[in-house]
This record gives sequence, C-alpha cells and structure tokens, in this order.
Amino acid sequence: MFAAENGLKGDPRLEAISAAIRVVPNFPKKGIMFQDITTLLLDHKAFKHTIDIFVDRYKDMQISVVAGVEARGFMFGPPIALAIGAKFVPLRKPGKLPGKVISESYELEYGHDRLEMHVDAVEPLERVIIIDDLVATGGTLSAAISLMESQGAEVVECACVIGLPEVKGQHKLKGKPLYVLVEPSGLDEFC
Amino acid sequence: MSGNKQEEDPRINGIKTKIRVVPDFPKKGIMFQDITTVLLDPKAFKDTIDLFVERYRDKNISVVAGIEARGFLFGPPIALAIGAKFVPLRKPKKLPGETIFEEYELEYGNDRLEMHVGAVEAGDRALVVDDLIATGGTLCAAINLLERVGAEVVECACVIELPELKGRQRLKGKPLCMLVEYR
Repeated sequence: MFAAENGLKGDPRLEAISAAIRVVPNFPKKGIMFQDITTLLLDHKAFKHTIDIFVDRYKDMQISVVAGVEARGFMFGPPIALAIGAKFVPLRKPGKLPGKVISESYELEYGHDRLEMHVDAVEPLERVIIIDDLVATGGTLSAAISLMESQGAEVVECACVIGLPEVKGQHKLKGKPLYVLVEPSGLDEFC
Repeated sequence: MSGNKQEEDPRINGIKTKIRVVPDFPKKGIMFQDITTVLLDPKAFKDTIDLFVERYRDKNISVVAGIEARGFLFGPPIALAIGAKFVPLRKPKKLPGETIFEEYELEYGNDRLEMHVGAVEAGDRALVVDDLIATGGTLCAAINLLERVGAEVVECACVIELPELKGRQRLKGKPLCMLVEYR
C-alpha cells in the first residue's frame, strides 16, 4: 500500500521525497525510466524524512531485523535499523558474503540471479522488515522473503521508497504486506 | 588530532570483538574481516556510527562519500547524523546519470570507481568512508574523484585498518581515522 493511502495523505514530506528523485530515461536500456535515488541522498532533509517515515512506522512493531537488498537497500536499511534498535542484515549478490550462506534464486527479464544471506544472521521467530529502494515486479523481494522464511523468521512487511505502477493496488507480496512511500516521478510526461 | 585510533574509548573493544575473521576468503591466505557481525549487534553498530559522528559533527563536513558496497552501510547513517549529503562511489555502470571515473589497481588488472557529475561541488568538505583500508587503492581513487571536482577531502574514515599493507601512505597526505587495527 502507498503511504498516502495509509495515514500520510497530504504529508508534505512525501512530496519533498518525490521531488528529490531524479528520472533518468533509457537506463539501463531503452524504454526504462530509471528512478534515481542518489539525488534523494543529496538532499539531507528529504533523505531524513524518508528514514523518519519508516522509523515512525516500525519503531513500535517489535522489529528485530531490518534486511536490506544490495546495494541501494544498504543506504536505507541501516539508518532505520539503528533508529529502531534492530539488527541489520545485508542480502547480497552471490559470492560477496564471506561466511556460510543460504541462497534463493529469482528471475530477471532474461535469466536468473541469486540473493544470499549468512546462515547465522536471522533466528527463528524474529520479526523482519525487508527494505529496498524500489519495487517493480517484486521478484527480488519475494526471494528475500523466502530466505527469511527458510530460517523460521516472520516477515512483517516489505518496505520500499518507490513502487512502480505494477504494484499499485497490491497490498501484499507473497502474502506479506508491502509499504511504499511514493510512485515513480516523471511518468506523466511520457504516458 | 588526526589519523589516530580512538585508544581510550571503551566502545572500541566492544566493536572489535564483534568483527568476525573468516580465513581464506575470497582466496587462500586472506583473513577476511567480516563486519556483518557488527551490524547484527545493534549496540556495536550504533557505537561505530557514534564514534565517527562525534568526531565529525563539528567539522563542517558537507559530503560523506561511501565506497560500494560496504561503505554504503556506514556512510549514510553518518551523513544523516551530521547533516551532510551522501554520495555513493560505485563500480562501473551502476550509476544512471552522467559520471566521472577514476581507475585503480587490483592485484591483477584494474577497476574503476565512478561518481555522478554534479553530486559534489567545488568547495564541498568531504569525508570518505569504507569498512576497511587495505592497500589504500580504492580510497586513493575516491580522493582523486572528489578533488577533481574541487572538493576538499578532510579525512578518510574506516572501521578497520590492515596497517601492514601501508594504505595510510597512499592517501595523498589525507589523514585516516580508523577504529580497529588487524595485524
């Protein structure tokens, strides 16, 4: 669900966040309007608003784990984890984590990729938030949910800054709630 | 004070004990310093960030540049706490906009570090953050990128230093702040 439908309608912070995101046409290939969050990171106030909104939502939900998807999930996850007193768990591309890992594969447009997590990172019954900058098809987040559930942890919610139109109206991903701050910027000009 | 280990602070030992050493990763002979175990301990992770924030909050830092990918774990919390922009320095072809790049040496061959054009401006005071300094090659490339656009690199900040690799000498005279040494 989008934040505006869930208690934050008209919240000026959402507009500031949306305005700070830059659209880069035709990256990584023609036809894709890439949602660039690096400009959000350059806007200290808007970046802080982003973190504050997630922290306010999760701080009283007894979340013990924030899991972030490499690499842009690494920029949002740790500040949230630190603020709510949770562990941060990086979910990484294959071969990056040094210890024993479990992995889950997910589909790309052409082919597959894998997401890995350290086996000792998450314990059974832990309450988990999974964070990434953007949700499109939900493939990566679904793989992340599978990793958590394989360890007996409970995914409370998936949280993303941006949600593509495919997910509008979808409140759940693999049965788990999905919370999104803003829709993509700049689409109106091109529809 | 520059380039010093925070010797007196009792939080340092707590952080050090949380770092997991993984032998022979990514290849035989390397004792890999795994900081993911620090991230699993909310107190140790918070202490790590707090130590850097306390050091930098009154130094008018306007940019924190973090090196992909583990610099992304430490840089943003520091940037948020001190009121600075965060700039990711990335492997090639990840950043979507116009970029500048700097090459650096690997054991075999070269790699590149990229930064968005316009992210950092002339006169910005910058901090470069990574989880670890080994040979200093990547940090040197980061310093070069920032200086090319007219920023002043105030310091490099790393959780861990491998002093035997003498990376500290490759920082173009910039000071290094680290928390934990591994020999």
